[in-house]
Amino acid sequence: MCGIVGLFLKNERLQPELGGHLSRMLATMSARGPDSAGIAVYGSGADDLIKLTLRAADPAADGDLAGKLAAAIEAGVDLIRRSNHVVLTIPKHRRAPALTWLAQHAPDIDVVSAGSRMEIYKEVGLPERVANRFSISAMRGTHGIGHTRMATESAVTTEGAHPFSTGDDQCLVHNGSLSNHNAVRRNLRREGLVFETENDSEVAAGYLTWRMREGDSLKEALTSSLDALDGFFTFVVGTRDGFAVLRDPVACKPAVLAESDDYVAFGSEFRALAVLPGIDKARVFEPEPATVYAWERR
Amino acid sequence: MHVVDLEQQSVRDLNAALHRLTPDTNETLWQVTNSGGKHAIGAGVDAPIDIVIKGNVGYYCAGMNKQASITIHGNAGQGVAENMMSGRVHVMGDASQSAGATGRGGLLIVEGDAAARCGISMKGIDIIVKGSIGAMSAFMAQAGNLVVLGDAGEALGDSIYEATVFVRGKVKSLGADCIEKPMSADDKTRLSGILAGAGVETVSPEDFRMYASARRLYNFHIDNLSSY
Repeated sequence: MCGIVGLFLKNERLQPELGGHLSRMLATMSARGPDSAGIAVYGSGADDLIKLTLRAADPAADGDLAGKLAAAIEAGVDLIRRSNHVVLTIPKHRRAPALTWLAQHAPDIDVVSAGSRMEIYKEVGLPERVANRFSISAMRGTHGIGHTRMATESAVTTEGAHPFSTGDDQCLVHNGSLSNHNAVRRNLRREGLVFETENDSEVAAGYLTWRMREGDSLKEALTSSLDALDGFFTFVVGTRDGFAVLRDPVACKPAVLAESDDYVAFGSEFRALAVLPGIDKARVFEPEPATVYAWERR
Repeated sequence: MHVVDLEQQSVRDLNAALHRLTPDTNETLWQVTNSGGKHAIGAGVDAPIDIVIKGNVGYYCAGMNKQASITIHGNAGQGVAENMMSGRVHVMGDASQSAGATGRGGLLIVEGDAAARCGISMKGIDIIVKGSIGAMSAFMAQAGNLVVLGDAGEALGDSIYEATVFVRGKVKSLGADCIEKPMSADDKTRLSGILAGAGVETVSPEDFRMYASARRLYNFHIDNLSSY
């Protein structure tokens, strides 16, 4: 059992409240996943910059990481520290040297995600505490996805916490379990994808990244995943401008969607949506099995 | 009338108060507000009372209901009225999966759609869904009637026993050992009674097709091995 929440804003006026709503939604799903929690937030960004979300075991790992990195890559580095996560913003064209320098000089630091707008925070512990630790409620943005995990297939570790990101500005959360993930992972590695864990959900994220790299839209990638992935799943997926939901053909795992003029919201249970403003006016419905629901920001 | 606000009181408090009611109680009108998708609201009631829930409910609402009439002004989560014994549960919105599962009696009315596995293993309950139902509905259904004004999803009535399914719209596919059967006069009378009980007046029993067990899988037979 796991809990998923997602919020995709249509009304720009709600953007300052995104983190607050996501935090409250996440807390309602604690009973479905008390082991770890994670959240992806799509905030501000620029086309010529890239954000790297890094995670260190020790929150005070390196006080002058930004200065040293800036000197090494000969470019401006902006750093925001949130507990043991750090978001570095650097010029997009200096990404490769920055990653090389980090791997050499800060091998204990994990790169959690990269993208022009997406930041990912995840950690073990009760969802409410995880959200507070990273001050999620103060974040603004256009859309975000959160996950509360009850670990069944692999250990309770930060590496096993969702969301998983296998491509720039792409993230996926998963409730369920996949049965053919080893075979799919082998094929995707042959296609050049890199996996950080043995987790089944990371394979689903990688599969979508591969399909989109080959030219599929988010909707097309999810449609083809119905044939490629075997098992139980409810997926919620984010891209820089998109938000999508897919359930397996048996629809084993719960899902509720709400749509209004202001937002699209996803919850594993309605309880997660009950905290949203105007939910009594939204259209609340259960997504059909094996049907892709996708929204794109214009 | 008792009004229970679930932002002020817990579901446990509400259900404990409902369970204390005796068959001759005078407290016959209850209203529940701020249901907020909470689970197990009004589960295990055994008294001839009316409960009106203003809002969406979570899992197992009105489960095991005996005698009570429970109306949900919103959508219901998984397993609404599961194992109902008697009484009436009325969902004004949609119902999620396994609506009326294992129900032994009473009437479940869903004004909207019901998702997958509606009436799974039903054992005597009558269920009427005014919209459509999802896949694997009436799986291993043993007794009772499932009436659907809209369409039915895949594998309807798989491994069905002696329950009857009436569908007005299209059936995507039938499950193992479920077949269409001609409606007898008794079947039509039974269907008319359920329609009337649910306040459906504009639809005639003639508009439905009836599905029930072919009774080929009741006893082991080597020729049926692939169907078990």
